[in-house]
Amino acid sequence: MAEHFDVIIVGAGMAGNAASYTLAKAGLNVLQIERGEYPGSKNVQGAILYANAVEQIIPGFRDDAPLERHVIEQRMWMLDDRSYVGSHFRSENFNEEKPNRYTIIRAQFDKWFNRQARDAGAMVICETTVLDLIRNDAGKVVGVRCDREGGEVYAEVVILCDGVNALVGQRSGIRSEISPEHAALAVKEMHFLPREVINERFNVRDDEGVVIEALGTVTSGMLGTGFLYTNGESISLGIGCIVSDFVETKIGPAKLLERFKAHPSIAPLIRGSEVKEYAAHLIPEGGYNAVPQLYGAGWLICGDAAHFLNAAHREGSNLALTSGRLAAETIIALKSEGKAMTEANLALYRQKLEESFVLKDLKKYKDLPHTLWRNKQFVTTYPELMAKAAENFFRVDGVDKLTKEKDIVRSFRKARGVLGLVGDAVKVARAWR
Amino acid sequence: MAMSDKIEEKLYQNRYRVDEGCPHVRIDASKVPSEQLKAMVDICPAGCYVEGENGKVEVVPDGCMECGTCRIVCQETGELEWAYPRGGYGILFKFG
Repeated sequence: MAEHFDVIIVGAGMAGNAASYTLAKAGLNVLQIERGEYPGSKNVQGAILYANAVEQIIPGFRDDAPLERHVIEQRMWMLDDRSYVGSHFRSENFNEEKPNRYTIIRAQFDKWFNRQARDAGAMVICETTVLDLIRNDAGKVVGVRCDREGGEVYAEVVILCDGVNALVGQRSGIRSEISPEHAALAVKEMHFLPREVINERFNVRDDEGVVIEALGTVTSGMLGTGFLYTNGESISLGIGCIVSDFVETKIGPAKLLERFKAHPSIAPLIRGSEVKEYAAHLIPEGGYNAVPQLYGAGWLICGDAAHFLNAAHREGSNLALTSGRLAAETIIALKSEGKAMTEANLALYRQKLEESFVLKDLKKYKDLPHTLWRNKQFVTTYPELMAKAAENFFRVDGVDKLTKEKDIVRSFRKARGVLGLVGDAVKVARAWR
Repeated sequence: MAMSDKIEEKLYQNRYRVDEGCPHVRIDASKVPSEQLKAMVDICPAGCYVEGENGKVEVVPDGCMECGTCRIVCQETGELEWAYPRGGYGILFKFG
């Protein structure tokens, strides 16, 4: 491996593969290093794929990428222990020729995506963990050190796509540690069911899919959400909460998942399924304020390692794909102009991110993670109140409607106070604006 | 507690290649266990942490899913030595 490459990419997740493919296609000499047995074997996601971000990289990806179902219906549920109040949005428009969102299975998608990068000319080495960055006397990053004998490889520039734990960046001192308030721990199970059973239970045909996002008492007072995504012949079911909340409550995520599965609104949807995998993963939820330095002499950071996740809209893979592509395009532009990979020149990457939805969206919601974390009522009190209010409203029991309405208003006032209600509304409006 | 609540049963579905004799998570046993480390006994999603009879916390990372939760929870206590397993070892997600 004593070769010299144009670019070394650490990791074969969404960001790494996007960068690898884009660079290789442009004819650059690329080495991509992945610690898993195969690309995807260390990667965990819900998982929703946003087509637009992939199309920017591989326009015809739908022809042969492993996609599960395209999403035609989105459900948002607020749960208490025995019921849910929900909104469902379903549209025939999502049955378009080029659908907008898909469910995917990461181990399969990543393997496919990495194959595209390899076919475009990238050299990919698996089962190799990158330990550290190598710098020259001037402090510029010139390569990486791997856990193999003679595992020092050199390149003009290194792109770090090493995920939420971002150990390489941290060991090298270019990134600080992620804090327990800025990370969510999610656990997930894969529930297998025949395709027809899923079609019937979710009222869909063929490759149509449904997404359910749930919040409420299922997270036991912690800031977090549950989710259910339909795949072709399986259901991805999981729940995640902020790590510092787990530490405080000492409620194990495995137990939380069992409770979510047993909820009367969820249990019938997965009845009789065969579970084939249990996964856990951290999600970087700190938003814009947690984004680290994104570039330096000879290096760039993308995806989860750069804290690119929009928690408000449950988006992550599209930010990873786009940042990987923009990092690659930055390097391609510099190379074509014969410019060196200095910190000043690589600042172009930040500029590209500022011009894209990635940093624009993160900036828009920069106060949201903190607001929600400090105001747990948005995921605890309100869902419960909504469920109780709905039950009161719909139960016909001889009580007149005006009294019922007053009871509902009173229950909200009692729980939060008039000032609390107004304050909460302002807080959300501010953080969302 | 129902059988399905048991984490071991969940982990049984997963595929691992364990690096025998090379645990990727180690606890500094010379220190008195911190509250953060003790919390891991309850919240590790793979149930890797157990509290021994002497009040010491022990880790058996064979079922570890490499999420890194213990790493960030205990970052300030300095009790944990945490690295990814050697290339090719550890959890191998079939679906992810």
